[in-house]
Amino acid sequence: MSKRILIVDDEPNIVVSLEFLMKREGFEVAVAADGEAALRSVEEKKPDLVLLDIMLPKKNGFEVCQTIRANPEWQSIKVVMLTAKGRDTEVAKGTALGADAYMTKPFSTKDLIAQVRQILDMA
Amino acid sequence: MNRSIITGQRLAAIFLLGCVLFNYPLIALFNKPGEIVDIPLLYFYLFGAWALLIGLMALAIERRKE
Amino acid sequence: MLQGWVIASVSFAYLGVLFGIAYFGDKRADAGRSVIANPTIYALSLAVYCTTWTFYGSVGRAATTGIGFLPIYLGPTLMAGLWWYVMLKIIRISKANRITSIADFISSRYGKSQSLGGLVTIIAVVGIVPYISLQLKAVSNSFIILLNYPGIVMPAKAGAQPLLQDSALYIAMILAAFTILFGTRHLDATERHEGMVAAIAFESLVKLLAFLAVGIFVTFGIYNGFGDIFDRAELVPKLKALMTVADSGASYGSWWSLTFLSMLSIMFLPRQFQIAVVENVNERHLARAIWLFPLYLILINIFVLPIAVGGMLHFPDGSVDADTFVLTLPMVERQEALALFVFIGGLSAATGMVIVETIALSTMVCNDLVMPVLLRWKALRLHEEQDLSWLLLSIRRWAIAAILLLGYIYFRAAGEAYALVGIGLISFAAVAQFAPAIFGGIYWKGGTRQGAIAGLTAGFAVWTYTLLLPSFAKSGWLSLDFIKEGLFGVTLLKPQQLFGLAGLDEISHSLFWSMLANIGCYVAVSLRRRPDVVETSQGTLFVDVFRHTEGAGRSRFWRGSAQVQDLLPLIGRFLGPERAREAFLAYARRHGQTSIEQLQANADLVHFAETLLAGAIGGASARVMVASVVKEEPLGIDEVMNILDEASQVRAYSRQLEQKSRELEAATAELRAANERLKELDRMKDDFMSTVTHELRTPLTSIRAFSEILLEDPKTNLANRKKFLAIIVKETERLTRLINQVLDMAKIESGNAEWHTAEIDLHEVIEESVAATSSLFGDKRLSLDMALEGGVPKVMADRDRLIQVMLNLLSNAVKFCEADRGRVAVKLSAGGDAVRVDVEDNGPGISEQDQRTIFEKFRQVGDTMTAKPQGTGLGLPISRQIIEHFGGRLWVESSPGQGATFSFTLPLNREGDTRHEERTEK
Repeated sequence: MSKRILIVDDEPNIVVSLEFLMKREGFEVAVAADGEAALRSVEEKKPDLVLLDIMLPKKNGFEVCQTIRANPEWQSIKVVMLTAKGRDTEVAKGTALGADAYMTKPFSTKDLIAQVRQILDMA
Repeated sequence: MNRSIITGQRLAAIFLLGCVLFNYPLIALFNKPGEIVDIPLLYFYLFGAWALLIGLMALAIERRKE
Repeated sequence: MLQGWVIASVSFAYLGVLFGIAYFGDKRADAGRSVIANPTIYALSLAVYCTTWTFYGSVGRAATTGIGFLPIYLGPTLMAGLWWYVMLKIIRISKANRITSIADFISSRYGKSQSLGGLVTIIAVVGIVPYISLQLKAVSNSFIILLNYPGIVMPAKAGAQPLLQDSALYIAMILAAFTILFGTRHLDATERHEGMVAAIAFESLVKLLAFLAVGIFVTFGIYNGFGDIFDRAELVPKLKALMTVADSGASYGSWWSLTFLSMLSIMFLPRQFQIAVVENVNERHLARAIWLFPLYLILINIFVLPIAVGGMLHFPDGSVDADTFVLTLPMVERQEALALFVFIGGLSAATGMVIVETIALSTMVCNDLVMPVLLRWKALRLHEEQDLSWLLLSIRRWAIAAILLLGYIYFRAAGEAYALVGIGLISFAAVAQFAPAIFGGIYWKGGTRQGAIAGLTAGFAVWTYTLLLPSFAKSGWLSLDFIKEGLFGVTLLKPQQLFGLAGLDEISHSLFWSMLANIGCYVAVSLRRRPDVVETSQGTLFVDVFRHTEGAGRSRFWRGSAQVQDLLPLIGRFLGPERAREAFLAYARRHGQTSIEQLQANADLVHFAETLLAGAIGGASARVMVASVVKEEPLGIDEVMNILDEASQVRAYSRQLEQKSRELEAATAELRAANERLKELDRMKDDFMSTVTHELRTPLTSIRAFSEILLEDPKTNLANRKKFLAIIVKETERLTRLINQVLDMAKIESGNAEWHTAEIDLHEVIEESVAATSSLFGDKRLSLDMALEGGVPKVMADRDRLIQVMLNLLSNAVKFCEADRGRVAVKLSAGGDAVRVDVEDNGPGISEQDQRTIFEKFRQVGDTMTAKPQGTGLGLPISRQIIEHFGGRLWVESSPGQGATFSFTLPLNREGDTRHEERTEK
């Protein structure tokens, strides 16, 4: 059974590229354009991993991550943070809130795929 | 009071002048019989010196610039 | 005509006039219109120096020693030259410390010592008593002589009369009553008696006029001028001798010592201190007095020798006492009115002296002798008394009575042994004992309390032994043996030839030994140890009085805690509760408070309370009383020294420092502001960089991802490939646009942007912009209304920049309008001194909060909306910068759901060009 990945980003073009990449790697893909849509999607069907942008409309990536981690049923969900703000404080904040990995935009597609695979124990 | 330094020094100088005028040996010079304008010499000298001192003090005080 | 009742009623009328003047003076002082605020009145009041000694005694002295009466007046004349330094300093110190008497002055200087104040008081009282008896003797004698008119009868020996028939006793009682009425009607915190000073000045005038009248009458009435008198004197060997002094060392020596003695007396006689220092209302008055007072002295002395010579020519047999010539010459010539005037002149000389002297002494007795004892006497329970001002007044009244009684007793005991001047000189020698402690105190910081006590005690003891006791002996109260043989028969202890020192007159002899003992003990004992804390601080305040400004220096030496509700009742007990409240209220107002309750009991207030109290009960007692209600933390000597060192160093440069510190403060404020601006800019730059980075990375992410996908997988299907390449191109364009705008923004902000300013027609600008965006309108099928007013004047601006602004506003409007239903309206209008352009849409509108932020860089309203709007977030900030560059304004009006209207204005006047340059530079 293929793993399910939720892509959360408000930049349509980035979503397109991530969706293409993940699908090519054989994952099942869901998409959300803002924080609230992302949480609705998680509720509907629990993903194995969330690719989570931080600068999101309505609810930002940190809040989404925090909400996921606060729910005991969602403990198994892995979270990879994606951000265009590469400051150390952002990285530390994401890690503190329970993100499993943190990638800075623009990222290498190879690295991203490797990271996703590693987190999902598929390497 | 305008504590002008120069006025103070003038008055101090007048004081010193007075100390000399009113003491030995200067008064000894005038301590002899004789008269000036019908007034005994010593008497004339002392009151003259006295008036001079008062005049100088008045000058020093009243002509200072406030 | 000159019956007893006439003399008595004229005398009482004269006293009534004095009382009236004093009453008037006090009233005027209460009303704040002082009658004595005048240097001439001050100089005249200083002439209280001239007593019956001068009025009657100088002639007597001149009759025996010729010119020898003069040193007593030459000394003060010389001293006046030094007043500029010395007296001014004492006045300044006394005002700052609310000194009430010479005892208060000395005790304050040496650490507010009660024992020292008491010692000074005892010396002053004992020393002055002979002087008061002199006045009693003179008035009583002149009264008796006048009573026997037209006969010239010398009064009987003082002690010979039965007590109850002795006119001197009644005179003493009348003077006591008069002084009590005069000086202790009310207790004043400042211890000023303005009415009394006015009366004293008047008395000085009366005695001068009376003496001049006699002088002119004798010189020009009885004889034919100075020449005539001196020519006649030449013929009498005894009189001829008076015109010169004995040409010997001893005579020059006593001339010098009398000059010196009177120099000290003019400063330190309690009444001179009272008038010159305590009653001084304005230290500027001192300047005029420096020459006016000696002028008074020379005037009152001009006729002394002529009267003496005249008297001796008139009474060659010596049956008439020369001390009475002033009165007896008019009498023998049957000048009743003149004789009466002379008597009044003598009375004024006596009353002036007695009033001021006893008031000064009674203040000292009360503040420095009786009150300290009473306050320590727990059994009296004075601490529980609410209002002690009555006590202070009655002590002073009893003191006045007691001092006059002592004067009378001395008069009965010793009055006959000496001429008037001889008695006065004994007093002069006594007050001269204060000189070392005072001069040392105001010029030498090293003097200590023990030093002052030792010096005063030694000097006073020597004075008592060499002058006072012999005066008792000569009048028969003591055996003459100890004068002739020496104490216990020891020749070296002869009081008037101490240690075998012979050849000096008794005054010079006593002055020499007492000053030697006094100065020697003062210096030697002072040098045995360093001054302690209080001595050091008081010493500095006194010696450096011209460097310490009022108040500022004083409270530095105090540290502790106090309560207003303790201090106020304490002051109230001595001054009366009402007066204390008034004083505290005035203090509160001076410190910007409206009520006493708001006062902070800090060092300043405690110092204020202490000086207030010092005015009533003297410095030493005030210190003890205040200390009883406040908790004082003693300062260590090192701390005091530190404060002083610091203060003196700082003071040396204080003015420059103040100037510098003001400049520094201004500079610091500027720097702080600049720093704040820089920090703000720094923070803004940081935010800006972070945002720009984010905005750049977002398109780069897509570009890189799709590039890698295409690179790794060449077999991507054509549709995807086309799609991906299109995205890459679009994102690259976005990136380019962003970079251009950031650069544009940076250029405008840094002032490096190129501006091609020319006269432009906004009509054309708008139409060109609308044409350029028509495709956008077409895409979303929006309607566009144009309402362009005709004949709008041209404005000075950059055409391309204005098109940039219009394009931005139009594309924003399009962006937020709903497809198909959107409407955009563009308006152009001219009004006043500006042209206005509005771009209105019917989109979702902008909330109040967002209306502010959209003009900030990278802030897009999209954050709150589902869909992320396109654009860089720099359009509006750049547009605003452009409009402001041309002196215009760009703003938005909107409410959510009602659409938004972006408007800008451009000024019509050309001056706008120069003005906006400054604005963009912020």
